[in-house]
Amino acid sequence: MTNMTYREAVRLAMIEEMDRDQNVFIMGEDIGKYKGTFRVTDGLFERYCQEPRDWLVEPPHPEILDGVGRRVIDTPITEPGIVGMATGAAMTGLRPIVEMMTMSFSILALDQIINHAAKIHYMTGGQISVPLVIRGPGGAANQLSAQHSHSMEGWYAHVPGLKVVAPATPNCAKGMLKAAIRDDNPVIFTENPGLYSMKGDVSDNVDEIIPFGKARIAKEGKDISLIAYSRMVNVSLAAAELLAADGIDAEVVDVRSLLPLDTETIYNSVRKTHRAVVVYEDWKSGGFGAEIAARIAQDCFDDLDAPVGRVGGLNVPMPYARVLELQCIPNEQDVLAEVRKIG
Amino acid sequence: MAKPAQKNLPASPAELISYYREMLFIRHFEEKCNLAYRTGKAGGYLHVYIGMEPLVVGWLNNIRKGHDYVITAYRDHGHALVLGSDPVATMAEIMGRSGGQSRGKGGSMHIYDVEKQFYGGWGIVGGHTALGGGLALAAKYRKEDRVTLCYLGDGAANAGVFFETLNMCGLWQLPIIFIIENNLYAMGTALERHAADPQLYKRGFPFNMKHERVDGHDLIEVLNHSKRIIDDCRENSQPYLIEAMTYRNMGHGAADNDRQLYRTKEEEDEYMKRDCIRLYEAFLESNGILSRSEMEKIDAEELDRAETVYEEADKSPFPEPDQVYTDVYTDMTPEVGH
Ligand SMILES: Cc1ncc(C[n+]2csc(CCOP(=O)(O)OP(=O)(O)O)c2C)c(N)n1
Ligand SMILES: [Mg+2]
Repeated sequence: MTNMTYREAVRLAMIEEMDRDQNVFIMGEDIGKYKGTFRVTDGLFERYCQEPRDWLVEPPHPEILDGVGRRVIDTPITEPGIVGMATGAAMTGLRPIVEMMTMSFSILALDQIINHAAKIHYMTGGQISVPLVIRGPGGAANQLSAQHSHSMEGWYAHVPGLKVVAPATPNCAKGMLKAAIRDDNPVIFTENPGLYSMKGDVSDNVDEIIPFGKARIAKEGKDISLIAYSRMVNVSLAAAELLAADGIDAEVVDVRSLLPLDTETIYNSVRKTHRAVVVYEDWKSGGFGAEIAARIAQDCFDDLDAPVGRVGGLNVPMPYARVLELQCIPNEQDVLAEVRKIG
Repeated sequence: MAKPAQKNLPASPAELISYYREMLFIRHFEEKCNLAYRTGKAGGYLHVYIGMEPLVVGWLNNIRKGHDYVITAYRDHGHALVLGSDPVATMAEIMGRSGGQSRGKGGSMHIYDVEKQFYGGWGIVGGHTALGGGLALAAKYRKEDRVTLCYLGDGAANAGVFFETLNMCGLWQLPIIFIIENNLYAMGTALERHAADPQLYKRGFPFNMKHERVDGHDLIEVLNHSKRIIDDCRENSQPYLIEAMTYRNMGHGAADNDRQLYRTKEEEDEYMKRDCIRLYEAFLESNGILSRSEMEKIDAEELDRAETVYEEADKSPFPEPDQVYTDVYTDMTPEVGH
């Protein structure tokens, strides 16, 4: 185990997989020389784009050395084109990683993601697969306001053909990104910007991957299940500490994989605690937490001693002023209030 | 047609005859597609290539089949057939049967045959052009000498993602040829009504790629220029934007039953006189490659073949209900049930 930040864990996963498999490459806006807006790809350009380029293409036009032919490809600012080109390359068996500058910009590429990448395996009757990863920061950062703060994972988790993960810890980030890169299906990998500087112990094992579809018990407890993913796991853990002071022993379930969803671990927790609150940063209405809550309500009805609670983001565009922004993003007090409300 | 006898033959007489067979077979095959639609054996949207056949018979016989990548939109039957995809499977796919290439999950608009390096078969106008760029990117990344042929319509040439793709293909000098099948209409909207500058080939200019407007009616012309362009693209890893002038003899799709909403009968009659198969027949005859009676015989044989294909495909069973869950993912089944 090595202690590192979430950002470093994401980077390490990419390095290990790029070293392991020459089919893996990364493309995106400002990911090369500029190192990525959140500096996630720091060092990759130097590592993979210096001489000698050995097996890589020798461009007939040496003046475009920074372009394709390298494994870290700086692209123009054209999200649909980037995702489409990556998807086309993936159809031939390459394994592109697309970094979205933020997941909010992936909205431009929805057609390529949903109408193309997610449909290819099915429409071709299994002839073609798309080993593509789209990763990047998703969710609110710090006063980035309405156009840069979207949580997109719930949108994507609606789409058959995609896999969607939202790891909360550095170790999960590394293990799950490696799994994503090795997966033969298109994967949306979302990184909450609030997590990038968080530190944790990360496995040194280059062969260790964390498979999708397996939730994690972040903290055991017996009185109530707090069910969350991504940064809301940390919020739930903080809430659990506050609840402990009140004598309530909360269990925190880190869903981490939305599609496929590990309902078994969630249900087992609820069957033990008989109470559930789902916590998610996305807009409360119609968000993925609503899906989890509906499933618990339907499948664990007899085990529940209270209605399923939900804490989500306020149903408004993200405001700029810090006081208003903080009001929108769920915090531990919001979780406490919901726990008290369901009784 | 200009004096055909003076043209350099771009292929041997035997090859020229096989191209004649191919053009006829595609035509009869697609007339059967329309029949399937009329009789309810095919549903949804169905678009035939009738009138545009030289764009597949000419270009695709000059690539390295099974090596070079080919991708197009929904008007895709002809591409599959010339690339050597099984016609029975293609017809079965159009009929939504388990014997289709995608086992009935794709349909007429979504024919793929990855063994033949045919990447479909796409229904979002312009959307697949980025995928085509990605195929070319892959070839260059792997240092392979594959060329990508990416077909698109004149209407698709207005799509934003197409311009984005042109930019990246020009920037990185990818080995790709975009072929705009300019049949003068995007559904019911004429070229002049949808393109600010109807000379679509100029769209290659700002993106640092060679660009040309070429003929798409005369198979001999197509064979000649396609060979030159494909060779150059392959040898020099250079992108091309080609605008091929063509005409669709039929409606936009099988459901387009009133073409006079957007084009005149006179215009159609004018173009029918220059129908690509008729043009080619005149060429074959005047060059002494085939006589009229030999052509009639070949025509009857190809019609016969199309009929057999139709009947064979019609014997293929519909997919089993449990197939609805397969191939959503490579390694898992989505949640089952309503
Ligand atoms: C994004 C999108 N918008 C609209 C349509 C509906 N549509 C299907 S084909 C078509 C016309 C396209 O014309 P063109 O690109 O010239 O191709 P052609 O049909 O002439 O081969 C339209 C509008 C679509 N499939 N996708
Ligand atoms: Mg058209």
